[in-house]
Amino acid sequence: MSEITPDLVRHLGVLARIQLSDEEVERLTGQLDAIVDNIAKVSEVATPEVAATSHPIPLSNVFRPDVPGDMLSLDEVLQNAPDAADGRFRVTAILGEEQ
Amino acid sequence: MSDILKLTAADLSEKLRSGELSSVEATQAHLDRIAAVDGDVHAFLHVSDHAVEVAADIDRRRAAGEELGELAGVPLAIKDVLVTTDMPSTSGSKILEGYMSPYDATVVARSRAAGLVPLGKTNMDEFAMGSSTEHSAYGPTHNPWDLDRIPGGSGGGSAAAVAAFEAPLALGSDTGGSIRQPAHVTGTVGMKPTYGGVSRYGAIALASSLDQVGPVSRTVLDSALLHDVIGGHDPHDATSLTDEWPSFAAAAREGATGDVLKGLKVGVIRELDDSGFQAGVSESFRASLAAMEAAGAEIVEVSAPHFEYGVAAYYLILPAEASSNLAKFDSVRFGMRVNVPGGTVEDVMAATRDAGFGDEVKRRVILGTYALSAGYYDAYYGSAQKVRTLIQRDFDEAFAQVDVIATPSAPTTAFRLGEKLDDPIQMYLNDVTTIPVNLAGVPGISIPSGLAAEDGLPVGIQFVAPAREDARLYRVGAALEALLVDSWGGPLLDRAPILGGAR
Repeated sequence: MSEITPDLVRHLGVLARIQLSDEEVERLTGQLDAIVDNIAKVSEVATPEVAATSHPIPLSNVFRPDVPGDMLSLDEVLQNAPDAADGRFRVTAILGEEQ
Repeated sequence: MSDILKLTAADLSEKLRSGELSSVEATQAHLDRIAAVDGDVHAFLHVSDHAVEVAADIDRRRAAGEELGELAGVPLAIKDVLVTTDMPSTSGSKILEGYMSPYDATVVARSRAAGLVPLGKTNMDEFAMGSSTEHSAYGPTHNPWDLDRIPGGSGGGSAAAVAAFEAPLALGSDTGGSIRQPAHVTGTVGMKPTYGGVSRYGAIALASSLDQVGPVSRTVLDSALLHDVIGGHDPHDATSLTDEWPSFAAAAREGATGDVLKGLKVGVIRELDDSGFQAGVSESFRASLAAMEAAGAEIVEVSAPHFEYGVAAYYLILPAEASSNLAKFDSVRFGMRVNVPGGTVEDVMAATRDAGFGDEVKRRVILGTYALSAGYYDAYYGSAQKVRTLIQRDFDEAFAQVDVIATPSAPTTAFRLGEKLDDPIQMYLNDVTTIPVNLAGVPGISIPSGLAAEDGLPVGIQFVAPAREDARLYRVGAALEALLVDSWGGPLLDRAPILGGAR
């Protein structure tokens, strides 16, 4: 058994910015518990002397000339925004009342 | 069904060049086919409203004597994970409903430049998370072999489109098997190139260290022709390899002569014994090996002791990378925004992501957030990256003994829609033979090997080669394809049921 609890799932939802309903928290708790039990086996063979691989085909120092490349116009940047005004993205309040 | 539809892309391109057919005729035939059968198959999320105009332009340019690419005028279906300026790109998600990209994915731009005619955008599991297309926010795609069964995933739409003769070619993306497993269950061909061999620019990212774009088709040569168009270095993708690639079409044509099988060493993985596979899948796999052996290949047993950790490592690395990549869906710059009266940006963001993401996406984002959180990182994500190293070593040791490795492309034939939807772990095990290939970054191809005796559904065989040896897969794949099609007396898809009435 892993240590996945409803409180942990609710906390992960906050970190991931997903407002989970109680029903979703309950379902995810059970499913994640089973999944984590299955994937924890990676630690069986991941001994200290094995190096980690982040990218399958390592490349280093991938540079391009320091000149402007393809650029989007302001209109193109904003064309898919749910809300925009004065050439900027518009959002609701950044801070809540008690903040 | 119009004879045009049965043509391979290679044959169609020849008829276009000779003037026997026009691109408008070919494109219209495929649009008519989509109109006739896609109500049942649901391979497409969007059908282009100007494909015929694009085709007419190709015909005009050809008539004017312009030098055109080999595939000019051939219709193409595009997986919805690839952004397009002239059609919506949703990646199968509600959160991107109606999204119009200001730029084309590099593979789309290269396809257009080569004169291919985009027909539409194909269905997929949301953000490519799944093995059945049942996680699409727009409803599942149905397997043309049996409409009650899954077409594979995540690229079930692209595979079903070519299997149902709605398109001769399609683009797919493969993070853990999303090109090869759909090929397996639909009797088609799908290739995952070497990581970095094809640009990922404009492919809506799932797991950036695993994703690769590749071709989907009915024949090995057709995949090779499309790979020639989309492959090669792209400065827009920092992981794009600068290698000069040989002609994959030339490799497929050479392979079809069959000589390549003489003396070829084919590795079979000891740890993947028959017990993990449906009987008909194993039988088909063994029959293909026997056919290759009879043509002069040598079957060699190799060991890959760490493959059994592949699925576990994958379901740590993928969610970790996906949870980071999907952070961009923040309700500010693009995509859905849910109105929360009096809510802060953060409230709106959390409500939007709850409403806009489906169950599987939430599951993986939460899992990835867990795997990356303080205190767990080393045990989970760090260990998974070490497994990646061990799997690469398994491949290195195997390829010191053999030229290619062969496996069944997936454990079972197409299962029924709904059958595994409520059991994520069973769903994840679909990709047990394809996942190690992505983890190691090596190329893999699935080609049809026959029908399973017990259910009459298609089975695929996967070949894997060392990194950068994509051409070898086209040679070997084309060689086995030629042998099998000859033994069947025609392509496997000739035995698929008739869709939409008259054929």
